[in-house]
Amino acid sequence: MTRLPITKTPKVYVGGAFIRSESARVFPLQDAAGNFFGNIPQCTRKDLRNAVEAAAKAGPGWAKRTAYNRGQILYRLAEMLEARRAELIGSLTMFGAVQADAARGVDAAVDRLIYYAGWADKYEQVLGSVNPVAAPYFNFTVTEPMGVIGVIAPDVPPLLGLISLVAPAIVSGNTVVALVSEKFPYPSILLGEMLATSDLPGGVVNLLTGFRKELVPTFATHTHLRAIVGAVGAADRKALELGAADSVKRTHFVDPDATDWLADTAQGLEAIRDTLEFKTTWHPVGA
Amino acid sequence: MVCDLMNAGQSASFRKLFDEIGPVDSVGVEERVAKYTTRSIKKAAKLWGLKMAISMVDLTTLEGKDTPGKVASLCRKALRPHEDPGVPPVAAVCVYPSMVRHAKKHVGGTSVKVASVATAFPSGQAPLKTRLGEVRAAVADGADEIDMVINRGAFLEGEFAEVQDEISAVVEACGAATLKVILEVSELETYDNIRAASFLAMEVIREGDFIKTSTGKTSLNATLGNNQVMIEAIRDFYLDTGTAIAMKPAGGIRTAKQALTFLIAVKETLGDAWLNKSRYRFGASSVLNDLVRQIEKEKTGAYQAPYYFSEAAESY
Repeated sequence: MTRLPITKTPKVYVGGAFIRSESARVFPLQDAAGNFFGNIPQCTRKDLRNAVEAAAKAGPGWAKRTAYNRGQILYRLAEMLEARRAELIGSLTMFGAVQADAARGVDAAVDRLIYYAGWADKYEQVLGSVNPVAAPYFNFTVTEPMGVIGVIAPDVPPLLGLISLVAPAIVSGNTVVALVSEKFPYPSILLGEMLATSDLPGGVVNLLTGFRKELVPTFATHTHLRAIVGAVGAADRKALELGAADSVKRTHFVDPDATDWLADTAQGLEAIRDTLEFKTTWHPVGA
Repeated sequence: MVCDLMNAGQSASFRKLFDEIGPVDSVGVEERVAKYTTRSIKKAAKLWGLKMAISMVDLTTLEGKDTPGKVASLCRKALRPHEDPGVPPVAAVCVYPSMVRHAKKHVGGTSVKVASVATAFPSGQAPLKTRLGEVRAAVADGADEIDMVINRGAFLEGEFAEVQDEISAVVEACGAATLKVILEVSELETYDNIRAASFLAMEVIREGDFIKTSTGKTSLNATLGNNQVMIEAIRDFYLDTGTAIAMKPAGGIRTAKQALTFLIAVKETLGDAWLNKSRYRFGASSVLNDLVRQIEKEKTGAYQAPYYFSEAAESY
């Protein structure tokens, strides 16, 4: 018996749920051969606003988890990716990636999650400090997550680029609203499904598909986003810096063209530090 | 329906009342209110609506842990919800009777009224004499408005005369103060009962007095459906008698968007004559922050973080 084809409606993962854009707008996505693949949600600034609300709601609970537990959950997310490795590779090759490159990219994405999972209960020892002061006080510097972080992922590599920017933000207890690759959104749709089954609380990572030119201005000016981490070109970078200045928002940029995403240089403690606040406390020395 | 639980006498008195005032088409109400959320209010109209909603807020704190200090800060917020002088003060502050004199110190002589819940709020389960004493004490302390609860027990028993007599007694105890009659819709179970209780109250209160949905102390509070049943009752009562009764939904209205939707319901059911603070109020506290936040969004074009605005009182 012939079966009807079961086509998929790609939906984005926001606030722990799979949603369409509030605007009901979509844009068609073609595979590498030019065949229609599916309609991708064209998220709007209102979707971004809703995602920020979801991220803000999830924030305190996520930050309150023990570092050890956050590491476990990131590790579990890596497990989910590993289990669906073939599907993820397929989601890259379907849109034109070479098989070997796609496999390398997915493996690197999994490894990157494991890398940051390992940092979860270690970065504080490296970044925090006990400071010598010339008075009878203990003086500590400890780190705190900033809050809701806006991530703008590079177009390529769609999966590895996104994970390289999101993982170091959430490992410390931040929550993230990310605009995923405009050209190759489908791997991020799949990633949403893995986030949903990874023990990561809903709202910690929120993924939006859509057009940069529509969403970058709102990422820049939304005062509830405490920092922007973006892999963007010069024009978007300027727009983000100008908009961010109004609310004194931190911005960190990586050059999408000059970055070797597969290399070890694309990961590191600095990326975790970029979305941390430092708090210094003076405590009187007891008798 | 609750009729199953009632004896023949009760259901007879309900049936008689329903025959008089007409039934509620509950499916029709639900469908009607679902349409309100589809209206698109933007730019200047939105700004107007947000400011109108702020001017209608009864800024409320009703907690065991209320202190004169907390009431004082609530009053300051009521007078000046935002640094922008274009943002109007709210309509009233709503407090427990023991806090009336403290509130009066801060808002006396301004446009902000002092409203006080009384009559053994929120249950109303105290002797009538005690409840009336509470009303008189609140008015003597300077309350401009009294929020009373109806005797839901008597209503569900079908003792409508008792319900109305008690409301009348409170009207008398209020003197010049405006009265708001809380039906506590979540305990009335059906739309028919809400409409019936609305009429019972409207028949004995004065022009300009309010009917109000809820205490905010139960699980289900003001909904668009409950609001719609009550404002339709107000409309029908006005067309019958010429007496204009005011309305106050309370509890559960937390976002500016919800508040605007309620105003749309008022505009489309009762018309512009009810779009002012003497005919319509919001019993709420946290909604004020969101209203101010959305005004700031309209002015600056940037979405605002909630922590730029003062903490909401935790009530409601």
